[in-house]
Amino acid sequence: MNMPASAPAAEAARTDASPDKEQAARTLTDVMAKFTGYVGKRLPQDVLDKLAELRSRETKPLAKVVYDSMFDNLEKADRLDRPCCQDTGALQYFVRAGAGFPLLGELKAILGDAVRQATKDAPLRHNAVETFVEKNTGTNTGTNIPWIDWEIVPDDDTCTIEVYMAGGGCSLPGAAKVLMPAAGYEGVVQFVFDVITSYGVNACPPLLVGVGVSTSVETAAMLSKRAILRPIGSHHPDPQAAKMEALLEKGLNDVGIGPQGMSGSASVMGVHIEASARHPSTIGVGVSVGCWAHRRGTIRIQPDLSYEILSHRGAVL
Amino acid sequence: MKKILTTPIKDEDIAGLHAGDVVYLDGLLVTCRDVGHRRLIELGQKLPVDLRGNAIFHAGPIVVKDGDGWKIISIGPTTSMRMESFEKEFIARTGVKLIVGKGGMGPETVEGCRTHKALHAVFPGGCAVLAATQVEAIERVEWLDLGMPEALWVCRVKEFGPLIISIDTHGNNLFETNKAEFNRLKVPAIAAISKEVRFIK
Repeated sequence: MNMPASAPAAEAARTDASPDKEQAARTLTDVMAKFTGYVGKRLPQDVLDKLAELRSRETKPLAKVVYDSMFDNLEKADRLDRPCCQDTGALQYFVRAGAGFPLLGELKAILGDAVRQATKDAPLRHNAVETFVEKNTGTNTGTNIPWIDWEIVPDDDTCTIEVYMAGGGCSLPGAAKVLMPAAGYEGVVQFVFDVITSYGVNACPPLLVGVGVSTSVETAAMLSKRAILRPIGSHHPDPQAAKMEALLEKGLNDVGIGPQGMSGSASVMGVHIEASARHPSTIGVGVSVGCWAHRRGTIRIQPDLSYEILSHRGAVL
Repeated sequence: MKKILTTPIKDEDIAGLHAGDVVYLDGLLVTCRDVGHRRLIELGQKLPVDLRGNAIFHAGPIVVKDGDGWKIISIGPTTSMRMESFEKEFIARTGVKLIVGKGGMGPETVEGCRTHKALHAVFPGGCAVLAATQVEAIERVEWLDLGMPEALWVCRVKEFGPLIISIDTHGNNLFETNKAEFNRLKVPAIAAISKEVRFIK
């Protein structure tokens, strides 16, 4: 009964608000375009710190040659303001938005526009090939690209966005399967080692390894991707999960894959596990891999669109 | 002192090189990856660049228009193993002498490199600005209809490297040797961890 009366008022409010909202959408598009470009050029602080540590511990000559090239490259990418790896990925955004974030309804369009702008300005490589049509769109946008993963937080009006840019090389090892319970966590360990010591070798190690443990392939796979978005050095809150992270990290490092698979004193930058409660009849396990050039960026946006970059120290857009 | 290969590369230039050696390249380096290989081998199209004695790069760069020409922004290697099923035949048909990429390649490429005297070498992956600063010029582009990553970018390079030889002309494969070692070491590592993760009781 209230709807007819309230509808014109709501319509009027929307019309009044739209110029401001359009301006706000343009502002946020610009911020996200610049941040996306920035993430493609400079690694987050936790990754830089870990790589410096691994480099200082390395003793094998070929591995040292590779580490020297990596740091030389990062310095040149920063100085010349260019994407540090040419493969700037099929863009992914992991959005954790408050239900009261003022541009929530516009955010999908904003992120698409931000990718188109960053593709020209950064520039980014053209990496969106429309499936079945088999044509590169040239804009890094296409059906569900950028890929956006949503988490809505009640009673909140801020928005935190993770930008993730993975080259094809470190997406190739991605794998998930469902084990029978008899395989146990030992089966999870075997699966992780099988993936990393085969496909992981060519995926630009030292790698950040994400493991998801859940019911089915898609939930385990998504958790494994979320695991590599966690800062390096963070641990799973459950003590047994944290213990397994540490054991896998040490075990994989003992294999000594080294940078670029050249063999060396480490294989990984870390192993992160994310888990859900699961069906008693299955153990779903997923593995996602981040390469050494782990281009992840975190930005928190306030309702007035002021923002804070959480992943990179001293970042200026 | 840097060991530098210059195109056109002759058989005798590379006969003394072995897996694990580090070299640099002067001369012509042409990007060629998945669809470029597929067009030549599967679809039988003629490659619009003469690769005899030259080098290919498994890479898809970021380039921008620069007046009438092009400028390289970032160019780094892509996963060579994706080209494994084509590479032996590719070497035979083109006469290419140096294949640059990242990660290892398999037994077919080893066979191609031994029979036709060619090398596979690794440029450190992800080091795309370092590589771009070693490209003096893009001489031309072919097959641009494939889009930026897959087109054939004909590059003139200077002291391009480090290039770590992974497959030599004698049948050695650095990554196969390394992988055998990784597979040997993973067995005790898995056993040790498995004892610690018997959480289902």
